[in-house]
Amino acid sequence: MNMIVCIKQVIDPEAPPASFKIDPVGNKVVPPQGVSPVIDPYAEYGVEAALKIKDAQGGKVTAVSLGANQLRDIVKKPLAMGADELILLEDEAFDGGDSWSTAYALAMAIKKIGEYDIIFCGREASDWNAGQVGSGIAEILGLPSVTLVKKIEPAGGKAKLERVTDEGYEVVEVSLPCLITVSNEIGEPRYPTIKGIMGAKKKEPVVWKPADIGVEASQIGAQGRHIKLQKLFQPAREGKCEMVAGESPEEAGANLAAKLREVKVL
Amino acid sequence: MAENKGVLIFCETKEGKLAAIATELLGCGRKLADDLGQELSAVLVGSGVSELAKEAIAYGADKVYVVDDPQLKDYQTDSYVSVMEKVVGQAAPRILLLGQTSLGRDLAPRLAFRFKTAASLGCLELAIDPQSKLLLQTKPVYGGNAQAVFTTDSFPQIATVRAKTMTPLEPDPSRKGEVVKVEAGLDPSAVRTKVLEKVAEKITGIKLEDAEVIVCGGRGIGGAEGFAQLEELAKLLKGAVGATRPPCDNEWVPAGAQIGLTGKIVAPELYIAIALSGSSQHMSGCSGSKTIVAINKDPEANIFREARFGLVGDWKKALPAFTEKLKELLAG
Repeated sequence: MNMIVCIKQVIDPEAPPASFKIDPVGNKVVPPQGVSPVIDPYAEYGVEAALKIKDAQGGKVTAVSLGANQLRDIVKKPLAMGADELILLEDEAFDGGDSWSTAYALAMAIKKIGEYDIIFCGREASDWNAGQVGSGIAEILGLPSVTLVKKIEPAGGKAKLERVTDEGYEVVEVSLPCLITVSNEIGEPRYPTIKGIMGAKKKEPVVWKPADIGVEASQIGAQGRHIKLQKLFQPAREGKCEMVAGESPEEAGANLAAKLREVKVL
Repeated sequence: MAENKGVLIFCETKEGKLAAIATELLGCGRKLADDLGQELSAVLVGSGVSELAKEAIAYGADKVYVVDDPQLKDYQTDSYVSVMEKVVGQAAPRILLLGQTSLGRDLAPRLAFRFKTAASLGCLELAIDPQSKLLLQTKPVYGGNAQAVFTTDSFPQIATVRAKTMTPLEPDPSRKGEVVKVEAGLDPSAVRTKVLEKVAEKITGIKLEDAEVIVCGGRGIGGAEGFAQLEELAKLLKGAVGATRPPCDNEWVPAGAQIGLTGKIVAPELYIAIALSGSSQHMSGCSGSKTIVAINKDPEANIFREARFGLVGDWKKALPAFTEKLKELLAG
């Protein structure tokens, strides 16, 4: 079983909300000081999904990450968790993309890798929460896709999947090769072992430039965008919280109930 | 391709009726269509859905495209994309809206890529830009830490909308509209998936996504016993109990109760946040709530930046008194 997992480096979504700052002129997020970036947590579920299959029936797991200035210690995490290979699409030209330019570059890289049975993506990424790259790669490569998957059992050129729905879940059979986006219900991603970390240190990622995957600068990154960001803002919310007090916590509790009734929230 | 015109709503159905999200989208779509001075259309895809066309018209549609075929009983990416490619080709809408549901989240991006246009998923607000006449698509990004306004200048402009962010119109059964039947024309061999089974989630009481009131507990609740108290309050308010990630990881509550970045996204009328700090990862799942009320012993907790009403103190002491007083007030 040949598996490819798409990952990326992001600003740590668990960083304190107060550290989150926007540059309103550039319509950009200012990376918080002293907070190290991480692998997108949604993508980590994808790594975990692939490694579960590798555990059960063997296979090769290749992680592919796209971006500029990728910190090796961060993006090597899938290797430390148990992936076999890491390919970095790394160039300034890849920067500033949207779902379109990202899916296109990843699809072309996957084409170059050539052999695959399952491609994994997170259900979305924690920065832009776009939720489209997985489906986009499948569309570009002409593959079947199943999204929001929480369980995968490949067998005989097919895979039996559980897909999370609004009502519960459904069991879906899909022909391979296919693309799967993974939901958090797949289970917590494993921690890298010491052995894994040591192994990852010795492994160098393969770096591909746009020309290596046969794409033009106009098709990727900021130039390849199909959607325009008009404005990025932080909704104002500070200072509107009305505090309800009391002589004791009990009294405050009762006062809060009275307050909610008074303002007809209840 | 002729000039794209009008707004098209993908209407999901549920138990033989229009789903709530479909009526919300029709309400929003009506306004956008009126702002453009163009038509509002709806599309119904499924098996035995023809009857619902008049319902869609009552909720505001001028025209309803119906694709009714036994092969469309279950949602499957390949079959629905193929059918929608046909309908969108025929209707040539300027805007296509879907719900931010397990269906919409799957269908919208594939359609966007097929039509070489773009989509915004999980929008909170949609409006027509007075100058460019483009759709302004506002959605939370960075896990709710920020919001972004996007536009697309290729058509159709596609967006999915979060549940309960739009208001349906009062249905008017006397409204008139046109119904257009479209043949599915599916090639079964081109459908590469098969739905083997559908399993409904076991839930006692009200589903989190449907609840008008949610009582949510964090790490500070300390254990399953604590959550029993939250349950009592939820029951009194005919609401549901949710949790942040730590209580789920510690199995104080089922994993399905998790609200946040990696859990469920909810938008109730009232969100009572107890002993939770209000991390961005959690807030991204509940920031759409109409009123947030927080009880936390740390006055510096981020949740007080998000809440409308707050109480600083030990929830173990404040909550029983709060519940008791509410019982009294609601009875009186």
